[in-house]
Amino acid sequence: MNLLEVCDLHAGIDGKEILKGINLTIRPGEIHAIMGPNGSGKSTLSSVLAGNPAFTVTGGSARLDGKELLGQDPETRAHEGLFLSFQYPVEIPGVSMVNFMRAAVNAKRKYLGLDPMNASDFLKLMREKRKIVDLDNKLASRSVNEGFSGGEKKRNEIFQMAMLEPKLAILDETDSGLDIDALRIVAEGVNRLHTPQNAAIVITHYQRLLDYIKPDFVHVLYKGRIIHSGGPELALELEERGYDWLKAQPDNTRPEDACI
Amino acid sequence: MIATAPDALDQYLDLYRNHRDTIDAACAAEPLNNMRHAAFAALESIPMRLPGKGDEGYAVTDLNGMFTPDYGININRLPASADVAEAFRCDVPRLSTALAITVNDTPRLTDTTARALPEGVWFGSLRRFAQDHPTRLEQFYGAIAPMKRPEVALNTLLAQDGILLWVGKGVKVDKPLQIVNLLSASTPVMAVRRLLVVMEEDSAATLLCCDHTMDCTNSYLASAVAEISLARGARLNMFDLEESSPLTSRCAGVFVDQHQDSELHLGSATLWCGTTRNDYEVSLNGPGATARLSGLAIGSASSLADVNTRVAHMSAHCTSRQLYKFALPEVSRGSFRGLVYVAPGAKGTDAEQNCRNLLADPGARMHTEPQLEIYCDDVKASHGAATGQLSAEALFYMRQRGIPEAEARNMLMQAFMADVVDTFTMDGLQDRLRHLVEKRLSGAGPEACANCSASCIPTPSA
Repeated sequence: MNLLEVCDLHAGIDGKEILKGINLTIRPGEIHAIMGPNGSGKSTLSSVLAGNPAFTVTGGSARLDGKELLGQDPETRAHEGLFLSFQYPVEIPGVSMVNFMRAAVNAKRKYLGLDPMNASDFLKLMREKRKIVDLDNKLASRSVNEGFSGGEKKRNEIFQMAMLEPKLAILDETDSGLDIDALRIVAEGVNRLHTPQNAAIVITHYQRLLDYIKPDFVHVLYKGRIIHSGGPELALELEERGYDWLKAQPDNTRPEDACI
Repeated sequence: MIATAPDALDQYLDLYRNHRDTIDAACAAEPLNNMRHAAFAALESIPMRLPGKGDEGYAVTDLNGMFTPDYGININRLPASADVAEAFRCDVPRLSTALAITVNDTPRLTDTTARALPEGVWFGSLRRFAQDHPTRLEQFYGAIAPMKRPEVALNTLLAQDGILLWVGKGVKVDKPLQIVNLLSASTPVMAVRRLLVVMEEDSAATLLCCDHTMDCTNSYLASAVAEISLARGARLNMFDLEESSPLTSRCAGVFVDQHQDSELHLGSATLWCGTTRNDYEVSLNGPGATARLSGLAIGSASSLADVNTRVAHMSAHCTSRQLYKFALPEVSRGSFRGLVYVAPGAKGTDAEQNCRNLLADPGARMHTEPQLEIYCDDVKASHGAATGQLSAEALFYMRQRGIPEAEARNMLMQAFMADVVDTFTMDGLQDRLRHLVEKRLSGAGPEACANCSASCIPTPSA
């Protein structure tokens, strides 16, 4: 069974259409990279899948594990197993990481019909998951992202992903603002969390991140459509040749991605 | 100008004219009666009227309207039901106080209250003290709150008792003192309350005042005037909590006279209210005096919380800090008007004023009027006021992690209030206030009473 099926997805903001018919199918265990020039709609796609109320969906469907996501509120999508690692993680002064994470974990447990986690189990889980991205204990006791460096913010995103164990993680430009050491830590974290049962969408501008997180498929998003898909070698080709050569070509998207 | 609304003062002046002998006899305390006569003269000779909405300093509150309904006033000093006071239990954990309870306008003090206090401290009935020590009281009673304010003059006209806290020279009161003001009646009632705090040189005390409405199906008006005198080196922490009801109106003024090197911290929290107008006027009259004012207000339904501050730097090298925050949901309204006045010669003044507000729903309204009036060079004075909404980015971020929207909103509002709660530096109170704010923001419905019985006033059987 497919984990994610996006069919002819149209969406926009303030009456302006940005996604103009996205088709994308992801099976469990796969990592898909989405690349594309600025303004092609990469971040919009991640926002729309996660349910950001700033965007309006005008057509199509998106099913996660067989359940329609569109029309669901963001928290329900999260409980169903969708995780978005933000390009710009939000600072929330006055809300401690511990309280934030506990609220998130227990909300999901409640959705799944489980009792809230007790305090000591929860702190143990925090400790365990922190290690995956080498996140300092001091950061975990501070307000959410407040005063974190760029690298710490991205590590914190992957830490949260580890805590919530999503079926599908969307990593939106997780490499932006990272030096090479931080990039390695973040990528290793993502790889450690990857299993044959879950999947990830890696949105990036640069091939560099894909040296660390190996994609099974690479898609090129341009003007709100996926115009080209290929294997990992496509990323290298894009790095070398840019995007212009693709703009002129007819799209080669996989027939199985098209809507039925 | 033609007054469009009937003048609410008239009914009280008539009441006084018709019952002046009864009132004076029932009070039977000369300093209070003398000041009452002065108040009557002031109200009659100067044509005073209670300000209406839109008058200077009253952008949102209609004080005249607040005093217009025909409330019952306890002019004959009929004792309130003792049950009410006895049923009350303050359940703030780890809070051990010397407690005085006022039911409507009548103070009820227990013997244990007096026993808990060190020598040199008087904490009890203002009227009793006035009868026993008229000359000592006359120095302070009515000397700090300006009679030119009509609501102060009206309170003085009708006040027959109140609470007095007098702390003698050098006495440090370790145990916090607490005044619980209860409103409880079967018909609409106006409670005329008076508080006088006299802190002699180098004395120190902490005073917690809590306003509660017991029967929320009835309407009430609390008219409260507090006068505070801090002599050289005196320190007072005063915290003022209101948990009343939608049918409760409150018109409260706190007037402070601070002398050299004295320190005041005045914290206020409006957790539940109907219509509340709070005036805090602090005069820094001696060098090196410090005043910290902080407060929070949480609206509900169509409540109105109106805070006015006036901090006057009359002397050199005084410090003042003000931090006020409002969180306004639904169609609630808030107002903050704050003035920092720096007199000529008040060099080395260090003043800060800050007001931050959150509109949680599109129908909520906030009015802010920060003001600086500076007549001296060589001063540091700043003010800031900002009103906004919850961050849509933060909300989406939290929801993406699975936190339901309502919970995310509450967490953000609590975070917003955190620094004000931190200023309530009193053992037991801070944690309790954090809990009350949390509870309050967790969106419990408009049934104020149900909510406050659960949080602060347990039922007698509980």
